[in-house]
Amino acid sequence: MDHLLSQVTAWGLVLLQALLYAVLGPLLVGWVRKVKALLQNRRGAPVLQPYRDLRKLLVKETRVAHTASPLFRAAPYIVFVSTWLGAATVPLIAVDLPTAAIADIIVLVGLLALGRFFLALAGMDVGTAFGGMGASREMLVSALAEPAMLMAIFTLAMGAHSTNLSTVIGHQLAGGLALRPSILFALGGLTLVAIAETGRIPVDNPATHLELTMIHEAMLLEYSGRHLALMEWAAQIKLVLYGALIANIFFPWGIGESFSPGSLALGIGAIVAKLLLLGGALAIAESVLAKMRLFRAPAFLNLALLLSLLGLLSHVILEVGT
Amino acid sequence: MVLGGLHLAGLAVALALASAATSLLAARWPQALRVLGLPLFGAAGLAALASGLIALLGGEVGIAVLPLGLPWLPWRLRLDALSGLFLAIIGTVSFAVAIYGPAYVRSFERGRDSIAALGTFTGLFLTGMLLVVLADDAFLFMVAWELMSLSSYFLVAFQHESAANRRAAFLYLLMAHIGGLAILLGYGVLAAFGGGFAFESMRAATLSPLWATLAFSLAFVGFGMKAGLVPLHAWLPEAHPVAPSHVSALMSGVMLKVAVYGFVRFVFDLLGPPHWQWGVTVIAVGSLSALLGVLYAMMQNDLKRLLAYSSVENLGIIFIGLGLALVFLGTDHRLLGTLAFVAALYHVVNHALFKSLLFLGAGAIHHSAHERDLEQMGGLLRRMPWTGLFFLLGCISISALPPFNGFVSEWLIFQAALQAWQLDSGVLRSLIPVASAVLALTGALVAATFVKVYGIAFLGQARSRHVRRARRVPFGMRAAQGLLAGLCLALGVLPTWVLGAIDRVPRELLGGGLRQAAAHGWLWLTPISSGTASYSAPLVVLLLAGAAGVAIWAFRRGTVRRVRRCDAWDCGFAPPSPRMQYTSTAFAQPIRRVFDLVFQIDESVSTREGGPPRYQLAIGDRAWGLLYAPVGRWVESAARQVVRLQSGNVRVYLGWTLATLLVLLWIIS
Repeated sequence: MDHLLSQVTAWGLVLLQALLYAVLGPLLVGWVRKVKALLQNRRGAPVLQPYRDLRKLLVKETRVAHTASPLFRAAPYIVFVSTWLGAATVPLIAVDLPTAAIADIIVLVGLLALGRFFLALAGMDVGTAFGGMGASREMLVSALAEPAMLMAIFTLAMGAHSTNLSTVIGHQLAGGLALRPSILFALGGLTLVAIAETGRIPVDNPATHLELTMIHEAMLLEYSGRHLALMEWAAQIKLVLYGALIANIFFPWGIGESFSPGSLALGIGAIVAKLLLLGGALAIAESVLAKMRLFRAPAFLNLALLLSLLGLLSHVILEVGT
Repeated sequence: MVLGGLHLAGLAVALALASAATSLLAARWPQALRVLGLPLFGAAGLAALASGLIALLGGEVGIAVLPLGLPWLPWRLRLDALSGLFLAIIGTVSFAVAIYGPAYVRSFERGRDSIAALGTFTGLFLTGMLLVVLADDAFLFMVAWELMSLSSYFLVAFQHESAANRRAAFLYLLMAHIGGLAILLGYGVLAAFGGGFAFESMRAATLSPLWATLAFSLAFVGFGMKAGLVPLHAWLPEAHPVAPSHVSALMSGVMLKVAVYGFVRFVFDLLGPPHWQWGVTVIAVGSLSALLGVLYAMMQNDLKRLLAYSSVENLGIIFIGLGLALVFLGTDHRLLGTLAFVAALYHVVNHALFKSLLFLGAGAIHHSAHERDLEQMGGLLRRMPWTGLFFLLGCISISALPPFNGFVSEWLIFQAALQAWQLDSGVLRSLIPVASAVLALTGALVAATFVKVYGIAFLGQARSRHVRRARRVPFGMRAAQGLLAGLCLALGVLPTWVLGAIDRVPRELLGGGLRQAAAHGWLWLTPISSGTASYSAPLVVLLLAGAAGVAIWAFRRGTVRRVRRCDAWDCGFAPPSPRMQYTSTAFAQPIRRVFDLVFQIDESVSTREGGPPRYQLAIGDRAWGLLYAPVGRWVESAARQVVRLQSGNVRVYLGWTLATLLVLLWIIS
């Protein structure tokens, strides 16, 4: 009976956490936009504006091009669901949730890749020049970013002897604040990857619709209504996902270690504070950096790959067996 | 006596031979191939599948001595779990090809090509492959190996009117024989120490490390050449695409696996305890093959050539797994070695399924649109919805995306690589992470490649008139693709069942299985322990489906439910035309630019007086310039030296004969 009860609690928490990801997505984007506006001496839109945008898109009519295939209409659901499920496997407020055992870090990377695969295909579906351009560039960026991300998390996984995210975070918590070189390299690598994968400056600019520079937006040009809402929401969830990944792996303090209400409340408070800080840092970085030319992006991503690989190598050479 | 697995395997060989024989009738009566040859081929496939499954799922090792062969060297057959696994692979793909074949070969019945030759050599090809995996002595192995190589040579040369095809076929024959020579020498080393050609005596032989390494090198060169490993791969993308598509599926999907079988049998079974240095070599070559294979695949515009290069990449992944197994086994980490070994075998099965599926899809496009060039395709999903769906599933599987099968095997290889911290040597500990970085980069590039393939071929708008008029293919062709696509999904969702079936192979070869992989029930894949890593594909599928249900329910409740069709956004200018779409070359351009050192790029813009400028791009394989051309030149110059012997004077020839005789006598004395 106790076992059943704890199972029910755990799955309830999984559900709560998945909902939190969906709710926090637009909020984080609104917060980043607000900070950016303040830095530019503008008042900016309210923090809740992204919710209103989503609501507006949901009630608007959905239009689909004549040349679109069924894949075009299925893709938003696949992108949204794979990103959302990927997010649900990343501990947000508490560790030891059952989702971490169902899908480990490699599966998380796989789920994100699945979403990206369909996003790029959807971009090519209508047969316009922009869609193909966006898909081609997205696949270039991801081809270089994905290995960097895997190497960064492998560094941590090798240290924790597990690819289960809960175990990795538990290992970090138990280790305390230790400034090991591998962790620092991995943090650097993963941060660069997060910037590239969520389409932020300097790799991509989420606010642009200038043809020659856009990547993510180019693939969404043909979407409208609820399809666009799903795609946008998926991108917002992805931002929270990467934020939670960085915050909870590298700075896990505050995350709920048991399912008691007190520790969960602390967990929620901690993650919200961490995301606010990360979002602020992102806004500052986006304000002081300029977007790179597309063919500068590979150098940026190679740096990410190099950092991650250095992290892994410094781990296996310096830290194993000592 | 019950019908054992070996009897069924013998039945499969007999049926394959019967298929070859009855196809000869097609010379007189073209329908014979469809009515007799291919059904017998399918029956042979089913029998092979059944015997393979019996051997995998609890049959005991069957041994038979045939009254064939040389008087003092009868042919021996043996069916153990390893043979059983590869028999099952051969059988499954052959069966799918037999369903697919009748509608596909119909288009050849009116043509000038000899359809009897097609059927006969396909039958002999299957016979050869079956006998390779059943052989229990080096003699039968080599005979079957040559049967496989020669009959596939005739299949590559099937449409021999084109000079390019003849050249590809010759190159294939040449490389197959150089590889065959290396394998023969490798068996020669083993036979010299074991005192006989039977595998049993080779197993008992004990070799000094130097001789063992020599035998390993010969086997690696020979089987690696057949498997298309870089830098010996250049024949593969020439030869595989020019055969008819269902034969390409057999060649890429199955024959490459037979090469892997040969390598596994030689190194893991016959050769005795492995050395970790071999593993390092295999990992290095495998990583190089995986990365270069996918980069070259990305650059191709010919669909079948692209798929052939992607086979190079997948074989690279398989050999990374086998190399990891050798490293772990060579450093006494038996469990981890078993894990890497099983992961490699899992990828063998997966690649056989999805590569055959993709080749059959390419054949379906060729059948209905008469096109292999991606630059001419587009919008095929709406013309051929079923082929489009199955091809999409194949693309997802090969791109190693969950919840399909390609993901499971790459996940297992990563799990094995992540245990590198257990190794004592710092060099090995840092080498394996680099290999896994290469594997990760490869995986991401594969996804980019297959986004390109699917997006250009099946999405967008048709880029040529005959593609715009493509029609759906007959039921048999769709059914074969559906069967393979279903298997890809099944093997992705139920990995514990597959591992349970494969488990007998390491138990027989390495002395222990992966018992803990399914220790927590069929839902949970836990290759090392549940604390280290776990993956539950059925639950991932369940959650994906559940979340999709919620999303569809929630998002379709908006005030305006209907979707309105309209024109695509044209920026306020002319409406988009098919020529404005991104092309295959354009899609690959950023990656070409980032990795330009790897390719031999010949790019030029020529402007003629009055005419429009012409842009030309040719991307060559560096292996030609770096390896093949120098070796070719060296062989030619050596041949010119040898020509000097040919003076035309009979006394000089007699002198040479005498000298040879004396040298030989001196050697044996």
